[in-house]
Amino acid sequence: MSIEVENLTYIYNPGSPFETKALEDVNVEIKSGEFVGLIGHTGSGKSTLVQHLNGLIKPTSGKIVVNGIDITDKTVKLSDIRRKVGLVFQYPEHQLFEETVYKDIAFGPQNLGLTETEIDERVREAMELVKLPFDELKDRSPFELSGGQKRRVAIAGVFAMKPEVLVLDEPTSGLDPRTRDEVLEEIKTLHDRYKNTVILVSHSMEDVAKLVERIIVMHNGKIIFQGTPRDVFKEVETLESIGLGVPQISYLIRALREKGINLKDDIFTVEEAKKEILKWIRSRKNV
Amino acid sequence: MPKMVDVQNIQFYYKSDGEDIMLALKDITIAVEPGEFIVIIGHNGSGKSTLAKHMNALLLPTKGDVFVKGFNTKDEANVWNIRQNAGMVFQNPDNQIVATIVEEDVAFGPENLGVPSAEIRGRVEEALDIVDMTEYRDKAPHLLSGGQKQRIAIAGIIAMRPNCIIFDEPTAMLDPSGRREVIRTIKKLNKEENITIVHITHFMEEAVNADRVIVMEDGQIVLEGTPKEVFSNVEQLKEFGLDVPQITDLTNELIKEGIDLPKDILTVDEMVMELCQLK
Repeated sequence: MSIEVENLTYIYNPGSPFETKALEDVNVEIKSGEFVGLIGHTGSGKSTLVQHLNGLIKPTSGKIVVNGIDITDKTVKLSDIRRKVGLVFQYPEHQLFEETVYKDIAFGPQNLGLTETEIDERVREAMELVKLPFDELKDRSPFELSGGQKRRVAIAGVFAMKPEVLVLDEPTSGLDPRTRDEVLEEIKTLHDRYKNTVILVSHSMEDVAKLVERIIVMHNGKIIFQGTPRDVFKEVETLESIGLGVPQISYLIRALREKGINLKDDIFTVEEAKKEILKWIRSRKNV
Repeated sequence: MPKMVDVQNIQFYYKSDGEDIMLALKDITIAVEPGEFIVIIGHNGSGKSTLAKHMNALLLPTKGDVFVKGFNTKDEANVWNIRQNAGMVFQNPDNQIVATIVEEDVAFGPENLGVPSAEIRGRVEEALDIVDMTEYRDKAPHLLSGGQKQRIAIAGIIAMRPNCIIFDEPTAMLDPSGRREVIRTIKKLNKEENITIVHITHFMEEAVNADRVIVMEDGQIVLEGTPKEVFSNVEQLKEFGLDVPQITDLTNELIKEGIDLPKDILTVDEMVMELCQLK
């Protein structure tokens, strides 16, 4: 399922002293089955942008075309769009409300009008995807679980809707490193299994770099550049000037290049840096 | 001089209906010296927040004793003294702000200590100056960014003139620039105001400048030492489910390949220097 955003502008509190232009003439296309990262610091407009994608916010001007349908058109039923575009909010565990884990995850599929058997299958699969043991946890209250488990229940609730487009707004913030890596891995598994379109909103460069095919960088309500992680992380100065960092490895490579050491300039993982530095050390020895 | 915080062989059970249900701290002993900057790392459920809450009497040990500036936290008469000596900053800035104007929020603590209002004014000004938020003094906190809100929460603590501040994942909910602002503020409090810092975090880069790093796992202290000592145990830290700074990880990988580097490289600058000196 593809998404096209055309000339999107959004103004909060228009005509009041608090008027803020949150998005300004944003144009972006996301292809069906693509896994993209949307980064930018707080206030850059990334959350505002993703809330447009399933019609939670209506643009001040511009169009959002989901699979060929302009969702800003008044005749479009937003409930149809929301079935297809699933949104995992920041701190989604704050939205848990049911008595049991099972009921909480089943809530979305129930509203899709599925049969009990289908709902049961969906809940089981969603729990399997986020690695929550079904028999052990299905009857537990979600409120008794650990932070990482609660987060997974909330994410499973959206997974169970089988959205064709999955938008996750900072899904790992506040998680410890191990849980963070596991949750990201689970999102990747879902993407690999269903080839759905995934939009991952984050301010963690390291997370985004590991997973996505393309990074879209936002600043002050605009998309300032986009490209593969490799291309984007070369822009150390620009990223820093807009309050974002790059992986520590990128800084190292830059510092070494400044010392006149001839290394590739598009390295951002430990693995690649190791290869490149070993190559340099060994080539020197051979001279 | 008494230790800033002295934790002696404590054990702590979380209770439900009067029954002990979870042993969160097994047998912890740790002393924090005045002026020290300590970072505690460990994954969720390792007991680090539980330990922090013992340091200003929010929790009391099931066994063992905790002394803050010589006051035992078990004695209820000491609670005010302890809380005034050891302030605490939490993860979510939104849960810590009580007033509708920045200045009033910062004044809330000293007001409750019964400080005369003329002095409160001075303290609020000073506290806002330290966290670099003076220009926002008459703004509404809910219109500020996460990093700014967290600095207001810190100012509220500073205005109570504590000797020690315990930070429980103060940067977990912030973006990179907010995180930088808060970390800069914490370092400044330690270096310039000589406030003892206990900082709990998931971000390993934040531990690099500490005097001492403590690693917790399963209710126990499993590693302790200077950042260099602790982070040179790359494999072990990974087993605990923790990150190491990318530079340390890279150093470890290069050593495995037979490159002659010291094990304890932590920063980009150190790495550049070592690599340039390689024979």
